[in-house]
Amino acid sequence: MQDIAELEGELLSPVAAAGDLEALEAARIAALGKKGRLTLLMKGLGALDAEERKNVASALNGLKDRLGAALLDRRQALEAVALERSLEAERIDITLPARPESSGRIHPVSQVMDEIAEIFGAMGFTIAEGPDIEDDFHNFTALNMPPEHPARQMQDTFYLRPRPDGSRKLLRTHTSPVQIRTMESRPPPYRIIAPGRTFRVDSDQTHTPMFHQVEGLVIDRGIHMGHLKGVLEAFARAFFEVEAVKMRFRPSYFPFTEPSAEVDIGCLRQGGELRIGEGQDWLEILGCGMVHPRVLRHVGLDPEEWQGFAFGMGIDRIAMLKYGIPDLRDFFEADLRWLRHYGFAAFDVPGLSGGLSR
Amino acid sequence: MKLTLGWLKQHLETSAPPAEIIDRLTAIGLEVESVHDPAAALKPFSVAEVLSAEPHPNADRLKLCRVRTNGGTVQVVCGAPNARAGMKTIFAPVGSTIPGTGLVLKPSTIRGVASEGMLCSAREMGISDEHAGILDLPASSDVGQPIAVLLGLDDPVLEIKLTPNRADCLGVRGIARDLQAAGLGRLKPIDESAVPGRFKSPVGLRIADAAASACPLYIGRLVRGVTNGPSPEWLQRRLKAVGLRPISALVDVTNYFTMDLARPLHVFDADRLAPGGIMVRLARPGETIAALDGRTYELDGEMCVIADESGLQGLGGVMGGAASGVTLETANVFIESALFDPVRTAATGRKLGILSDARYRFERGVDPAFAGLGMEMATRLILDLCGGEASEPVIAGAEPTWQRDLSFRPARVQQLGGLDVPEDEQVRILEGLGCGVSARPESLDVRVPSWRGDLVEEADLVEEVARIAGFDRIPSVPLPGLPQVSRPALGATQRQVRLARRVLAGRGLVEAATWSFTSRKLAALFGGGGADLVLENPISAELDAMRPSLLVNLIAAAGRNVARGQDDVALCEIGPIYADDTPEGQGLAAAGVRRGRNQPRHWSAASRDVDVFDAKADALALLAALGVAGDSLTVAAAAPSWYHPGRSGVVRLGPKTMLASFGALHPSVLAALDVKGPLVGFEVHLEALPKPRPKATKARPPLTLTELPAVERDFAFVVAASVPAEQIVRAARLAAKDLIADVGVFDVFTGEALGPERKSVALAVRLEPKVKTLTEAEIDAVGQAIIAAVGKATGATLRG
Repeated sequence: MQDIAELEGELLSPVAAAGDLEALEAARIAALGKKGRLTLLMKGLGALDAEERKNVASALNGLKDRLGAALLDRRQALEAVALERSLEAERIDITLPARPESSGRIHPVSQVMDEIAEIFGAMGFTIAEGPDIEDDFHNFTALNMPPEHPARQMQDTFYLRPRPDGSRKLLRTHTSPVQIRTMESRPPPYRIIAPGRTFRVDSDQTHTPMFHQVEGLVIDRGIHMGHLKGVLEAFARAFFEVEAVKMRFRPSYFPFTEPSAEVDIGCLRQGGELRIGEGQDWLEILGCGMVHPRVLRHVGLDPEEWQGFAFGMGIDRIAMLKYGIPDLRDFFEADLRWLRHYGFAAFDVPGLSGGLSR
Repeated sequence: MKLTLGWLKQHLETSAPPAEIIDRLTAIGLEVESVHDPAAALKPFSVAEVLSAEPHPNADRLKLCRVRTNGGTVQVVCGAPNARAGMKTIFAPVGSTIPGTGLVLKPSTIRGVASEGMLCSAREMGISDEHAGILDLPASSDVGQPIAVLLGLDDPVLEIKLTPNRADCLGVRGIARDLQAAGLGRLKPIDESAVPGRFKSPVGLRIADAAASACPLYIGRLVRGVTNGPSPEWLQRRLKAVGLRPISALVDVTNYFTMDLARPLHVFDADRLAPGGIMVRLARPGETIAALDGRTYELDGEMCVIADESGLQGLGGVMGGAASGVTLETANVFIESALFDPVRTAATGRKLGILSDARYRFERGVDPAFAGLGMEMATRLILDLCGGEASEPVIAGAEPTWQRDLSFRPARVQQLGGLDVPEDEQVRILEGLGCGVSARPESLDVRVPSWRGDLVEEADLVEEVARIAGFDRIPSVPLPGLPQVSRPALGATQRQVRLARRVLAGRGLVEAATWSFTSRKLAALFGGGGADLVLENPISAELDAMRPSLLVNLIAAAGRNVARGQDDVALCEIGPIYADDTPEGQGLAAAGVRRGRNQPRHWSAASRDVDVFDAKADALALLAALGVAGDSLTVAAAAPSWYHPGRSGVVRLGPKTMLASFGALHPSVLAALDVKGPLVGFEVHLEALPKPRPKATKARPPLTLTELPAVERDFAFVVAASVPAEQIVRAARLAAKDLIADVGVFDVFTGEALGPERKSVALAVRLEPKVKTLTEAEIDAVGQAIIAAVGKATGATLRG
């Protein structure tokens, strides 16, 4: 009977020396395979007497356990090395560009319309709409512009071809007809804004035949110009995202408001940069006034009971002011370079809690 | 409206400094657009005296002058022939910019002699074309006196942007009156005395009945024995300051009254009028007139004319005729001061394309009570300037009734305007504007002055008081009854629009805003172009019809981007489309186009051309985001004609409602738009979508989750090539509705092995049991049911 300790050395050394999994497997088979040396010894136990068998079996089992543990250790070590090697072989250049993703943009007019809706929504306004193709009554007559009014002249208004009955539709020249449609559709009070497309026969450096306006209308009992001032100042502060906006209400004239005003905001032009709210220059941003009693009477409201204000503001214009966009005509060019530069990311949803813009 | 500050002060007694006047004008609604101070450019120049003028030692034509200036005595080399000792002239110091040439004067040496400045001509000062010599100023001029003051060029010119309601401010006096009301001074009285007539006018006058409304009042007057010539300096200077060219005294007087008092006048050479006198009538259609602007106009029967027996002598309220215009030889002048109807005058001017100062005033409304006094004042000035002797006035028609009393409650200023103006201040303002105010128990009675045709009801007076008191006195007040937490401002469709825009941008589409117009020809290609949507007055033929689809302008925009070198385009728009000219005919669509490759070239994966399934994915993703998806939708190859007939489709909800179309565009449409493909697009009709109904609860239906394993099985069917894949999928899905969670198509191919006109469609079917784990037998049974259902619906067989 060979010395167990000697045997252990002979069996463990090839395990320790195994440089790869094949060598390790050969070492295992040499010891524990069907004809392995330890297997044969275990098989030979039957020939021993009971006392000796007990001793030898105990020794062999101990050896078997240690051998198993050594094999496992060695296997794990070899596998770790092999994994490391194969991972090393998988190394690639991670500085290569990632897979392309396309990202769209939101047009500045849409973004600014959303901003406007947020601000006026918080002041209790809802959004009203009306058609782009209007009739004479809603665009002019009901707004206290009789047929001979200069604003109805051909050079301002796009007309559709006359119908067989002689009447002709037009493209609304302002969003004000939505005031009329709103007041026709339901009883007062009203607190609405109406953003949308408007059209005038005008095309030069600063005018496009189509542009965007937002109309505001508040009719209730006891609404006066002080409320108009309050609403517009609150809007300007929120929209331009400044603490205070210097504002000037200048008396003006619109057929459908009385008194009427144009509103300028203070601004500072410095080194090609425009700062809103401060400074010595004035920029006109909107027209407004108390809704003319004749307009109220046109929709069957008694001006002694119901009164309020209306305003109209150029959306493109305030978008240009806020975001420093130089040329109105580019708004409608659909130039991808312009849209990517001045547009907004899909997830930049304006809100009052999270801020209107980044 | 242009005026000078000095002119204003002729009407307004005021001590207010110019800056205050300018600020207040804007504050009361007479917006000062610009202020031009002609003195600014003349600031460096002052009067100098030539002490001596000796011949230049080295040049025959030059003189060597010693000049006394406000900066001491200097030596100037001068080439002017009129330079002489003792004369007063204009001195330009070194460093000044000569207005007439724009050049900066430098110290120089001329032919060896130093010159320390320059003596100037009128042209060099930019005040006239006179350049024969240096300006010869009166001997009484003081050395050192600023030239601008001496020449009366120190009067700043204001340009006021008048609103169309303020016809009264189309004369300088009207502006002065507003300033009086604003407390900035007192309106100076005007001489209202009449000029006595010395004889009866030989020129008769009549207004035809048909023209009675076109010209309610016509006053004429003959001044005989006048001497016409240049008008005096002060008058010329004023006219020039506001941009008018002085012509002759008689003509300048008419222009002066137009600008000064908003009272247009006309003067005829009485000797060039036919003997029968003047008739105001409507033109006969086709009649022509040679007007003072040198052009001949053909008239229609709506236009009001001034005629005599020989023909037309004037277009009422618009322009005089050339035949009887005054000249420097005119000895007898017939003055016209009339009233012409605003609407007709505007129409005449518009139709003929004449924009005159007279038309501008008449169409806005001229003071109906001032025609007579205007005539007296004009007569007096003509007599002063040109001499002669005036006839009695001849009057046809009568002053129309303009008197109007308005009941005015001072409390309305607070109620409408929101500002507190004490009643006595209100009265002061109204009186300052020329109103007569008398107190009643509950209100004031306000007599509107003749020149304020724009004041017709109480609200107008509220505006007058508020604007003169100042809008800056209006306090800023928050709206009453603001909700603590605001409700949504947007309606259902508006929310869909907002969502659609961000869904599409999230899919890589860049939002554009394109014209609502296109050309009629292109509109027709997209199902539009009907006569009811064609513009009468487009800005160009390319934009003469309302667009029937968003795609037309998006495709054109894609083309423009390609032309700029952007080959891969992904654009979208959410906006209006127009089916007819009624409010209901205006639709709302969301559309997109993709052009070029689906992605940039990349090392890891090949890019490919965009195809119909990119457009389909966009359309379906948008519909899904808007809450329309799944089984309720069917897709059919029935897209409109602007798509490729074999590579396009429509998405329907139920059998009829078309929600969307998608596909490759028809090559002939791309050719018409001059865009090269590959290009695909889609259009979703947002107004056709089912409107989300307000729900009683926001709670979701309960969810049952099981731990039972899901099973996937694949089936490859061989079927006629014409059978739509959707039919196969639908049949499979319905074969065991409760178990089948999803059916995908993972392979489609055709090949000779399948036989002609056959294709193989491979489905991946996912079974999700809800009650118990499926046995093999149960799975097989479902498989058989699928095979049977698909076979029955499409004639497909399982591929062997």
